[in-house]
Amino acid sequence: MNPTRRSFLKIGTGAAMASVLGFDLKAAYAESKELKIARTTETRSTCPYCSVSCGVIIHTIGDKAKNVTPQVVHVEGDPDHPINRGTLCPKGSSLMQDIVNDRRLLKPQVRRPGSDHWEDIGWDQAYAEIGRHIKKTRDESFITTDSQGITVNRVESIAWNGGCTDTNEFNYLAVKTMRSLGVCFIENQARV
Amino acid sequence: MSNGTLEIKAISGHAGPVAGRDTSRDYDVCKLIDVTTCIGCKACEVACLEWNGYPFRETVFDNTYQTMPDLAWNYYNLIRFNEHVAEDGTFSWLMRKDGCMHCADPGCLLACPADGAIVQYANGIVDFNQDNCIGCQYCVTGCPFNIPKFNHETKKVHKCTLCSDRVGAGLEPACIKACPTGCLHFGSKDDMKDLADKRVKQLHEHTSHKSAGVYDPPGVGGTHVIYVLHDIDHPQYYGGLPKDPRVPLLVRIWKGPLKWLGNFAIAAGVIAAATHFVRYGPKKVEEPKKEEVV
Amino acid sequence: MTNGWIDIKNTDMMLIMGGNPAENHPCGFKWPVEAKRERNAKMIVVDPRFTRTAAVADKFLQIRAGADIAFLGGMINYALENQRIAKEYLVNYTNASFVIKEGFKLPDDGLYSGYDHDKQTYDKSTWNYEGAGAHQAPSGKASQSGEAPAPPLAPRQAPPPPSLPPNVIYDTSLAHPRCVYQLLKQQYSRYTPEMVERITGIPKDQFREAADMFTSVRKDGDMKKVATIIYAVGWTQHSFGAQIIRAAAMLQLLLGNIGRAGGGVNALRGHSNIQGATDVAGIFDSLPGYLKVPNPTDKDFAAWMTRITPGSSKPKDWDSFNYYSNTPKFAVSFLKSMYGDAATKQNDWAFDYLPKVDREYSWVHIWDDMYQGKVKGVLSFGMNSVAIGPNSQKTINALKKADWLVVCEIYPDETSEFWKSPGISTDDMKNIPTEVYRLPGAGFAEKDGTFVNSARWLQWKWAAVPPPGDCQLDQAILARIFLKVRELYQKEGGKFPDPILNLTWNHLDPNNPSLSELAKELNGRAISDVTDAPTQTTMKAGQQLPGFSWLRDDGSTSCGNWIWCGSWTEAGALTQRRGTDDPSGLGIYPNWAWSWPMNRRVLYNRASCDLNGKPWDPDRRQVWWNEAQKKWLGVDVPDFKPDSAPKDHMGPFIMNPEGVGRLFVPLAGMADGPFPEHYEPFESPVANLFHPQQNTNPVVKKYTSDMDKYGTPDQGFTVICTTYRLTEHYHYWTKNNPMNVQLVPQMFVEIPVELAADLGIKGGEKVKVSSARGTYIAKAMVTRRIKPMTIDGKKVYQIGIPIHQGYRGIQEDAGRESKTLANLLSPTVTDPNAYTPEFKGFLVKLEKA
Repeated sequence: MNPTRRSFLKIGTGAAMASVLGFDLKAAYAESKELKIARTTETRSTCPYCSVSCGVIIHTIGDKAKNVTPQVVHVEGDPDHPINRGTLCPKGSSLMQDIVNDRRLLKPQVRRPGSDHWEDIGWDQAYAEIGRHIKKTRDESFITTDSQGITVNRVESIAWNGGCTDTNEFNYLAVKTMRSLGVCFIENQARV
Repeated sequence: MSNGTLEIKAISGHAGPVAGRDTSRDYDVCKLIDVTTCIGCKACEVACLEWNGYPFRETVFDNTYQTMPDLAWNYYNLIRFNEHVAEDGTFSWLMRKDGCMHCADPGCLLACPADGAIVQYANGIVDFNQDNCIGCQYCVTGCPFNIPKFNHETKKVHKCTLCSDRVGAGLEPACIKACPTGCLHFGSKDDMKDLADKRVKQLHEHTSHKSAGVYDPPGVGGTHVIYVLHDIDHPQYYGGLPKDPRVPLLVRIWKGPLKWLGNFAIAAGVIAAATHFVRYGPKKVEEPKKEEVV
Repeated sequence: MTNGWIDIKNTDMMLIMGGNPAENHPCGFKWPVEAKRERNAKMIVVDPRFTRTAAVADKFLQIRAGADIAFLGGMINYALENQRIAKEYLVNYTNASFVIKEGFKLPDDGLYSGYDHDKQTYDKSTWNYEGAGAHQAPSGKASQSGEAPAPPLAPRQAPPPPSLPPNVIYDTSLAHPRCVYQLLKQQYSRYTPEMVERITGIPKDQFREAADMFTSVRKDGDMKKVATIIYAVGWTQHSFGAQIIRAAAMLQLLLGNIGRAGGGVNALRGHSNIQGATDVAGIFDSLPGYLKVPNPTDKDFAAWMTRITPGSSKPKDWDSFNYYSNTPKFAVSFLKSMYGDAATKQNDWAFDYLPKVDREYSWVHIWDDMYQGKVKGVLSFGMNSVAIGPNSQKTINALKKADWLVVCEIYPDETSEFWKSPGISTDDMKNIPTEVYRLPGAGFAEKDGTFVNSARWLQWKWAAVPPPGDCQLDQAILARIFLKVRELYQKEGGKFPDPILNLTWNHLDPNNPSLSELAKELNGRAISDVTDAPTQTTMKAGQQLPGFSWLRDDGSTSCGNWIWCGSWTEAGALTQRRGTDDPSGLGIYPNWAWSWPMNRRVLYNRASCDLNGKPWDPDRRQVWWNEAQKKWLGVDVPDFKPDSAPKDHMGPFIMNPEGVGRLFVPLAGMADGPFPEHYEPFESPVANLFHPQQNTNPVVKKYTSDMDKYGTPDQGFTVICTTYRLTEHYHYWTKNNPMNVQLVPQMFVEIPVELAADLGIKGGEKVKVSSARGTYIAKAMVTRRIKPMTIDGKKVYQIGIPIHQGYRGIQEDAGRESKTLANLLSPTVTDPNAYTPEFKGFLVKLEKA
């Protein structure tokens, strides 16, 4: 949302006349530009970029009432956060554009074998196909025992790559699901 | 609706006295830029862009970390990067946040003929009101720091507002808040000068920067943006910071001997139209103008 | 980090090396600046480039990329030569006095004792302490706590690896010729200022000044002052990265700086939650809380526990807490968290559900195996594999051989579009069989949950907005995929479905597990009533546990990650706390969020006190012994056995079986030697001056496919190249963000003025950088910030490449930027301990494009 143009000096004509005529004993005041975060809802979050973990306040328009979809208008440092104390770097300062960005992926897509383009796919269809792929690959290559006959129960044909901004709780879900599948190749941005 | 009002100290192109001028020194604000702790991260640049909602501006690589060669109408502050080799061969990488200095004696305001296009608030902020700007660009001529920038599409001039909207609501300017290292600081002019002096003393006593000093040039009546420089004798090393900036002589003449001529014409316009909503009282007792730089 | 971001303000001296915090952690960097401003602390920066961190340093030294161990070895030598060491700390809190076995050999020729040239590994049996009396087998808690001792292993299995002696011979006079201190002196006596200059390119006078400055905190035996070391991936991303960090830790132990406010060895880490990902074992070689994964030699649960539970190993008169003796409690509780009622004592806590691994499955191995056709499917959640790893073309070519790829992302990325990366025609695509699913996930502002920052703080964040469009929460996506797989196994059966069918899944909405449910599961709860013997307090069944001392190995507790136990207790989510009080003024903020372990902010803080339990510096008191109360008190949570009196001489490094800090790492601790030794990067323009016949790390990990090419100076690859991030950008992410693109619109190569002049390159012109693996084209940034170096009399140039360019982005899509990746250049060579690739310091050729 663009801020409205400044509206300072907009005090009534009468006042202007009065002041020109010198009736007003007060000093002159001008309204400054509208403060764009005057009526926003503040949500405390953590910057997703580096490991300093700066506290950020996400300002949204909309008061979280049921019938309102909030819209992010500004992101600013959280002054209470003991580490960043309200400051943000050039990446943190641009977080609004990371949230509201017209390059975001908005629907599931699939690229079929040999194809040269993306196709849209429904979520249910995507889950069904992915589930089938995982089961097929796992069943085809599951290693119950190693060459010496020792039980190993592992899968070496599926890999999991976790990202740097995955939360702890999500990562635990990944560890749980992947280890239970027997996946050995569990890796993360943490390695590289 | 605005959330704050700021007391006016001076108005461009305005007939007659400005009410309350120089009566509110307590509210003087100041941005301190301690160049010795600037890491050139550009958080201030982005915080400014984000707060002001300015659109994407295509830039090109130019053999430097500096975002663009100069400020722009929608780019109020710019870190100037300078690789500097001293006479003894010592290398330094100097980074200075460039932007409006908010002069106590603003050349832009002096030069501006449009009523209410430039306002100096009592707290020291010099702000442009594009609604009243007539696009003459006299302010550009009047500025000894080459700050105001013209938007060729809208024919209006822009520059840093020191976030008058935020300051009016009791917040600090966006750049100040963002600055990761605390190289930027905000407070009263007196407090910022104390802080700057203390830092300079520390640099003298504990570092190799024996020529460190505070930049608060008297030629423009002092500024509401002051620097701590490692080398106060050579401000030009920091991307062309002028050593002794002054309001251009022509501007002084236009606003000195010829001032009444201009004011008369404009005052007539204001009274007749009564659509410029400036409210001011009878002239208060003017205090002698305080020198901000000793 | 052993300490934390804010704690840096307490320091007197900083060595920032292998990291560039002003650019990569700007908001954390305020605390080093604060130390300069408030304490007149000094900052030494060592880097191949004059960075924005260097711009505010008191001293900057330009080092050749990859010569870090030579520099730090020189520092250790300087500290020893000039007795700038913390004697009492060294003798009592480190293994300096421990005597090493006969037969151990230092690497004068580049090799430690026990090297096997054929296998390129070490037999580490001589890398051990000399034990007093008969050498005993290790006695883990598993066998001590009444469980049956493990029966002898089957003959075809490998014999148990050698273990530490329980009773170590030691000499507190440090005079024994085989004591660690004497070996250390001998090892680093070779790292003279002259050698430092010849290897690193740092003139010896400058080196001496820096060494004098850093070690000045121990001038004349004073223990009040503190120095810190701050590093990041500039150290880890080498084929000997882990040893660089070891060298730093050793220097800090010598100076007595670990455990102290303003001290420590501080890994800055590079991303919002890779600390958390490591903690919860998003990596192949550990289970949550750094438990070692089972391998095939572990025939059952007890055998696994025996192998990974250390027995204490210490001088007879000293005490050792040996906290990892509790390993079985952590492991059983983890398996209970995973498999609930299906994990019973009778079935060995579902031990067979865990995959048993005896090879490496690290990042680079994934793509090597896939390139060989062995890995058929990949799930990539928020991880841009093509751009991030070394040798991007190998990754792309590997993906061409996969059957399927699932990418969950928020922007179009190089990985999901590998099949249309530059150079692949529509015809070529017909031959790429990979089925690629691209699922739109949620951004950070759309999700709650915790990250762990580099200071080990777990901080909850709240969701501000719902995901846009058809995007779904990542946890919902993963849940739906898993539940689909489980459904197929339920309906159709298949290979070993037991772990899949029995995985705990206690979520109100199974299709969309809430992160708070998972956070509680990670913390752990009592399954049946559990009583703490010392305090006679009881946690009722179902209650959240207050800390890991409550965990049990009898199945009565469940805990997803023992080091996070205490983060979500009956008192609620401590990770959500927002207390801004800092009563000590040391920046501890005990009521802000929650720090593992047990809300401790500075690790090993017992070492901040002398032998009698009195703080080395009374002005920076962290913990202390209270004789009247017979316990340790403090402004931080004591990292120690709370009632261990100083006279018992318990070591402060409670996670080591020795209880002391390791100057010498015994046995399997390190793959490449008990002490760090200087090796050249895998691709280097110069020979190793210490031992030219053993130029590089003898146990380095390298690969042999036709995509794994390595360059030499003879082939024309003579320029050293290093890669890094800019403060204006974040990996391959902000190229989608207009404001960041505006700041740095096009990627560049930083080139010394002299090299540019040699090649006739002007700033702004396009240049081509080539390695044995690929080429990279970008604009030249000609600068004085990288100087030519003289390495043993030879002129050597270094150049630098910021990594943020890719195939998709605002500039790439607009045709304003060449579509290329910095990692087309980097080699598939990794450190043998951490498996981190060598992104810093490989060889290239530079020319006009």
